[in-house]
Amino acid sequence: MKYIDEFRDNSLARALALRIARLAEGSPEVTLMEVCGTHTVTVFKHGLKDLIPDNVTLLAGPGCPVCVTPTDYIDKAIAYASLEGVTVATFGDLFRVPGSSSSLEKERARGGDVRIVYSPLDALRLAQENGDRKVIFLGVGFETTAPLVAVSVQEARRRGIRNYLVFSAHKVMPPPMEALVSDGELRIDGFLCPGHVSTIIGWGAYRFLSQQYHIPCVVAGFEPLDVLEGIWMLLRQIRHGEPRVENQYRRAVREEGNPRALALMREVFEPSDSEWRGMGTIPGSGLTIRDRYRDCDAEANVEVEVEPASSHPGCVCGSVLKGVKTPLDCSLFRRVCTPEKPLGACMVSSEGTCSIYYKYSDRA
Amino acid sequence: MEPERILLAHGSGGKLSYDLIRELFLPPLHNPILATLADAAIFSRQGMRLAITTDSYVVDPIFFPGGDIGKLAIYGTINDLAMGGAKPLYLSIGFILEEGFPLEELRVVVNSIKEAAQQCGVDIIAGDTKVVPRGKGDKVFINTTGLGAVSEGVELSVDRICVGDKIIINGFIGEHGIAVMTQREGLEFDTPIKSDAAPLWGLVSQMLEASQGLHLLRDPTRGGVATVLNEVASGGDFGIRLEEKALPVGEGVAVACEILGLDPLYVANEGKLIAFCQPDEVEHILAAMKRHRYGREAMVIGEVVATPPGKVIMKTRVGGTRLLDMLTGEQLPRIC
Repeated sequence: MKYIDEFRDNSLARALALRIARLAEGSPEVTLMEVCGTHTVTVFKHGLKDLIPDNVTLLAGPGCPVCVTPTDYIDKAIAYASLEGVTVATFGDLFRVPGSSSSLEKERARGGDVRIVYSPLDALRLAQENGDRKVIFLGVGFETTAPLVAVSVQEARRRGIRNYLVFSAHKVMPPPMEALVSDGELRIDGFLCPGHVSTIIGWGAYRFLSQQYHIPCVVAGFEPLDVLEGIWMLLRQIRHGEPRVENQYRRAVREEGNPRALALMREVFEPSDSEWRGMGTIPGSGLTIRDRYRDCDAEANVEVEVEPASSHPGCVCGSVLKGVKTPLDCSLFRRVCTPEKPLGACMVSSEGTCSIYYKYSDRA
Repeated sequence: MEPERILLAHGSGGKLSYDLIRELFLPPLHNPILATLADAAIFSRQGMRLAITTDSYVVDPIFFPGGDIGKLAIYGTINDLAMGGAKPLYLSIGFILEEGFPLEELRVVVNSIKEAAQQCGVDIIAGDTKVVPRGKGDKVFINTTGLGAVSEGVELSVDRICVGDKIIINGFIGEHGIAVMTQREGLEFDTPIKSDAAPLWGLVSQMLEASQGLHLLRDPTRGGVATVLNEVASGGDFGIRLEEKALPVGEGVAVACEILGLDPLYVANEGKLIAFCQPDEVEHILAAMKRHRYGREAMVIGEVVATPPGKVIMKTRVGGTRLLDMLTGEQLPRIC
């Protein structure tokens, strides 16, 4: 298949693996974090760890939006779904995530009106067609998703649709990356920066990481050769001791990103402090709906009360998201926590580290 | 605690279907023949070895590129008999019809059934019709039961699999599932993808005639190639190793899967078989297969290995290895 086969070519992969091995030879242990869950999928689905020397460790990072969304958000979404006259619209990957005592899937089986949509504009259409109900869209996702949701909010205003609301848990990527390197619990020698997010924010957005924290950064695409080349570029920076931001994903990512999408996002949302599962509250890492669009903000217009959130006592999703533990360190993994009966968010999303280990790794 | 309920995923042919059969159906209904959980049950009566199998068809839409529910209802049951090494003899057929279903469409389906049965050389010798109120069914559901005869000396079973056995497939994978899915969702591709629905007894009889080295046959329908291989490996003292680069995936299916986020290894087939063969008989069996119209693209895709036991491992195209698990959740509902 054109544009796919080229990026999965066996001889090019072997040549890159050889270059990686040469750079890593005789060097101390190196830990690289692939921030984005889709990169983790590529690493496991194509068995890339077999092509990388033992002294190079790849760590999965916090780049799975469903996984980092805290339990109290899920609880609140479930509470919305149980209200009379409210329809909750969500992307499918949030549907099965366990809250403290239920999930959207179970709430629907109990009679709650929960709809799976593929776009916030589908949710907007639901609102238009059901004028007597409030339609609450669950806005979960990074900079890749937020501009779309911003469009839906603007469209609602333009068309005078007053029953469309967004419950925003949108997050932005650079602040948690900074939190990871400044908190010191984990030594990270380089970031494989998220490709999709970078199409929006541009590779320039990571410059502070290389300048202030001296961390090499490479924005990479999602095919196996993209990831291998990204790893090679990171090792080259480490070897030469010249941390900077490089762009491997030149076919999609520019330095300034997508100014139009950024402008849309900034028009509707403003930065706020936001809680990340496992990482606590990170300043400036969330996106809240601006006052001028307050009439579209679910939290400002529909009241629900939820108990303090709790998650399964043995679940280590939080530590997995920070990269300090792997699913193999979890006593629940594969024994009681499975894709059929997930106990934590990382087992639900196809980009969640636990689900990826379950599906593709033959260990444990 | 929420009461457990049937989910669509219980019908996926993947892990939940497997658990439902093992945990809910098998214990109360247990007997040695059922317990083999083979595509067709094989038993002896008065010196004759017979095979019986049953299957229900609920595909939506009932007409799709390359076939329809009628053809599927004949081929599917014929193929389950063939996987047991049984020559199909007779079929029974049952219809569940929804109130309001146009007779004209039913005539088309029945004509298709007639043609498919003639093509396979079987007669339909018993039948049943039920009608349910509008909305309680969906157009037409069909059940067929097949009776077949197994020749002396034919023995196809997981117990015969040995480390070193080669694994053959008779052609390109994923076509049926993608054909039904694209038709149902109204997706259009430059080259329309047609279902591979085909009756496989002719091919199988040619393979059985050519060699005694055939150890097991399975048809990778719901859950696809990955799920069938996992069923075979599960609980065995051997593992299975696949070569990603050897997998025959057509351009159209590859493109559709890439766009839809599906994996062709989990997509249903209706005219494919997977054969486990003694390594020194492979060339012989492949040659016999290539002489048949449904075996022209036959090729080796993997082999039986000693470790890790019970698992299916795939060597990826870029040179890594990874686990190939059973289908979890529901990929595409109602594809057969």
